Amino acid sequence: MKQLMLGNAAVARGCYEAGVKVISSYPGTPSTEITENAVKYDEIYCEWAPNEKVGAEVAIGAAIAGARAMTCCKHVGLNVMADPIFTASYTGVNGGLVIAVADDPGMHSSQNEQDSRHYAKASKIMMLEPSDSSECKEFTKLAFEFSEKYDTPVFLRLTTRVSHSQSLVELGDRENDELKEYTKNPAKYVMMPANAIKKHVDVENRMRALEEYAETAPINTVEDNGSNIGIITSGITYSYAKEALGNSANFLKLGITYPMPVKLIKAFAKKCKKVYVLEELDPFIEEHCKVNGIDVIGKEAFTLLGEYSVNLIKKVVLGEEIEDIKSEPIPVRPPVMCAGCPHRGTFYVLKKLGLNVSGDIGCYTLGAAAPLSAIDTTICMGASVSAAHGMSKARGEEFNKKLVSVIGDSTFIHSGITGLIDIVYNKGANTVIILDNSITGMTGHQENPTTGKTIRGEATKQVDLELLCKAVGASSVRIADPFNVKEFEKVVKEELEKDEPSVIIAQRPCALLKTVKYTGKCVITDKCKNCKMCLKAGCPAITVKDGKPVIDATQCNGCSLCINICPFDAIVKEEA
Amino acid sequence: METKSIMIVGVGGQGTLLASRILGNAVIGEGYDVKVSEVHGMSQRGGSVVTYVRYGEKVYSPVIDNGGADIILAFELLEAQRALPYLKKGGKIIVNSQQIDPMPVITGACEYPANIAGYLKENADTTLIDALSLAKCAGNQKAVNVVLIGVMAKNTDIPYDVWVQTIKNTVPEKFLEVNLKAFDLGYNS
Repeated sequence: MKQLMLGNAAVARGCYEAGVKVISSYPGTPSTEITENAVKYDEIYCEWAPNEKVGAEVAIGAAIAGARAMTCCKHVGLNVMADPIFTASYTGVNGGLVIAVADDPGMHSSQNEQDSRHYAKASKIMMLEPSDSSECKEFTKLAFEFSEKYDTPVFLRLTTRVSHSQSLVELGDRENDELKEYTKNPAKYVMMPANAIKKHVDVENRMRALEEYAETAPINTVEDNGSNIGIITSGITYSYAKEALGNSANFLKLGITYPMPVKLIKAFAKKCKKVYVLEELDPFIEEHCKVNGIDVIGKEAFTLLGEYSVNLIKKVVLGEEIEDIKSEPIPVRPPVMCAGCPHRGTFYVLKKLGLNVSGDIGCYTLGAAAPLSAIDTTICMGASVSAAHGMSKARGEEFNKKLVSVIGDSTFIHSGITGLIDIVYNKGANTVIILDNSITGMTGHQENPTTGKTIRGEATKQVDLELLCKAVGASSVRIADPFNVKEFEKVVKEELEKDEPSVIIAQRPCALLKTVKYTGKCVITDKCKNCKMCLKAGCPAITVKDGKPVIDATQCNGCSLCINICPFDAIVKEEA
Repeated sequence: METKSIMIVGVGGQGTLLASRILGNAVIGEGYDVKVSEVHGMSQRGGSVVTYVRYGEKVYSPVIDNGGADIILAFELLEAQRALPYLKKGGKIIVNSQQIDPMPVITGACEYPANIAGYLKENADTTLIDALSLAKCAGNQKAVNVVLIGVMAKNTDIPYDVWVQTIKNTVPEKFLEVNLKAFDLGYNS
C-alpha cells in the first residue's frame, strides 16, 4: 500500500531500500528531516556531525570503506562542505556516495537564495532532481547506482517544496546490504598532485560518458502532446507546469540536471514553435540551451527571484490572469521568539545596554526583529565571532567595549570555536556570548555535541563549553542565567570592561523542550503603573488592551521573565 | 473528480501541521491522490504559517496559488484575512474567532484590523467558530486544531468514520480521548 510521505522522508526511505549504511549530516532547513527519518531504520548508522564539512568527510570515508553513504545539507551547508566534495569528485567512490542538498527558493528559512546546481557543474558531479516524494525515493536509489557505476559522488538536489511536501510513495525492500571490499589504492584515494593529475583525466572522461548517458536516460522524459509549445523543466517546477498546462504543452522533464543532454533537447525543441525553460533561481538549464544554440524563453519572461507558481506559468505561457479577492493591507506577522524563549532575556539586556551585536544563524537571529532590534549583523554560521574580531581590529578598543557576539551552542561548535581561537591567538579582547539552550533549536530540536545525547537519544560524552573555551585560551569564561536579568546585565558589563578575550555562557534550556516545565501563568496586577517595560521584551504573550499591557493566558507559558523585568513588582505568577 | 484544494492557515505553534497531516491521511483512506505542502523552520516561530492539502484523481502541484482554494481553514482571524486572496470564487472560509496580536501590533507599529469577521462575511461564504472555547470544553486548549478539523470535515464528502480512524492513527495515545472529543465538538457545532 502507498504511504503519504514527506519528500525528505522518502529520500530516507530510498536510502534504506538502497542498502545505505552510514549517514552523517548537520541539520539545515529544508534538509533536516532526511537524516531524522533515516534514524528510524536500525540498519542505517546515522549521526549529527558538528558541521557539514565533517558530515561530508564521514560519508566520504564510509564510501571509500565500501559502504553506501549519504550526507545531507541545505544549500548554504554545501558551501561549508565544498572542500571535501570537490576532491571526492576526483577520488570517486567504492560504496556509493550521495550528497542530498536542499535549496530554498523564496528563502522560507535561509539567509540567501543560492542555486546549488552551479556546484554540480563546478565540482563535476552528476546531479539528479526529483519532483515529488515518489521520485525522491526512486532517484535516491538511482543516485547510488550511478555513483557506483560511474565511480562518482552524486548530488540529489531538492527544493523546499519537494522536501516539505507529502505525496504518495510505494515502499520496497532493502537491497545491496553488503559492504564492498576495501583494498588500499593510493593512486585513487591519495590526492596529491601526481595522482590527482591522472584522476582529473578520469573525471573528464566520466563527464563525457555521463553526457552521453543523459541523452537516453529514462529519467529524462519527453511527453509529446502534439503541441506547439515546449516546456523544458525539472523538479518542483515540473509539477507546477503540469498543473498549469496539463496536456496542452509538450514536456521535457530533466531528471538529471547535470550533465544535461544536448541532442535530446535539440530534438525536443525542433518539434515546438516556442520553447520555455521553467526553472527556479538561476538560468542554469536556459544557459545550457543557449550555449548549444537552442532558442528558448527563460528568465526574461519569468523571474530570478523566489519561487515559481502555477499562476505565474499560466500568465506567461497562456496569458491568463487569475482573478482573486483583493485583501486590504493588513499587519504582517513576522516570526518571533517563542513565549519562554531563553534568548529573550539576553537580547533584552543587550538592547538595554545599547550594545553593538554581531549575530549568527539560529532562532536567536530573531533578536534582530522589533522590539528587541538588538542584532547588527547576520552573515553565516560562525560569523558572529570572527566578524566581531574584524570589527574590533578595524575600529579599536573603544568600539570593542560596546560590542558582543551572540552565537548558539550548536553554531558555536559548528564554526564559532575557530573564530574564538582567532581572537585568542591574534590578541583580541572580544566578548562572546554563547546562547546555550541545550539543543539545536531552529531546525526543530536536534541533539549536538554539547547536549550529551546522540541523534538516537543515547547518552554520550558531552563537550563542556566552559572547559572548551578555557582550553583554547579565553581568559574569562562565566556562566549566567539570561532570565536573571540584573545579574546577567552585571556580568555583561564586567566582561566588556576586560582587556582580554572573554566568554559568557548564557545558560537556560529552550522553552519547547519536554524537560522544561514552567508552571502557572504570569498575570499583571493593579500595581501596574503602565510603564510598558514588559513590552520591551517582545514576548508574544504580552499585548496591549485599552492602552495597558495584558498577558494572554493562552500564550503565556509561565517562564517569569516579565516578572523579573517589571520595576514595580506588578506581575505575579498565578499557579494553575 | 476535480482536484480539491484546502488551505490551512494560522500562527506558528497553533498546530496547523498536525491538522494538515490528519486531513492528508483521511483523503488517502478514500483512495485519492494527495499532496500536502508544509512549512518548517523559521516561520514556525510564531509567524504566519500556511499548509496546503490537495486531493483528487491526479494531483501535480502541492501548492495552492491565489484564487485556488476551495476551502480555507483559518486558525486565527488576521491570518484568515491574509489568506482571502487564495480563495476560489464561491469557496468557503472556516475561521476560528481567536485573535492573536502579531508583534507589529504589540509594539504599536500598527493596529489589529477591527471587525475581520464582518469583512470576511462580506467577501466570502464564512463560518465563524469559537474553537478555543470548544477545545477547552474538550479538555485541552491545544486541541483547537482538531476542533477546526471537525468543522471542516462536515464540509467534505469524506465519511465520519474515516476521520475518526485517521485521528486514531495520527494522534499519540495519551491525547487521543481529548482529540476525539474535540473533533466531535467541531463536527457537531
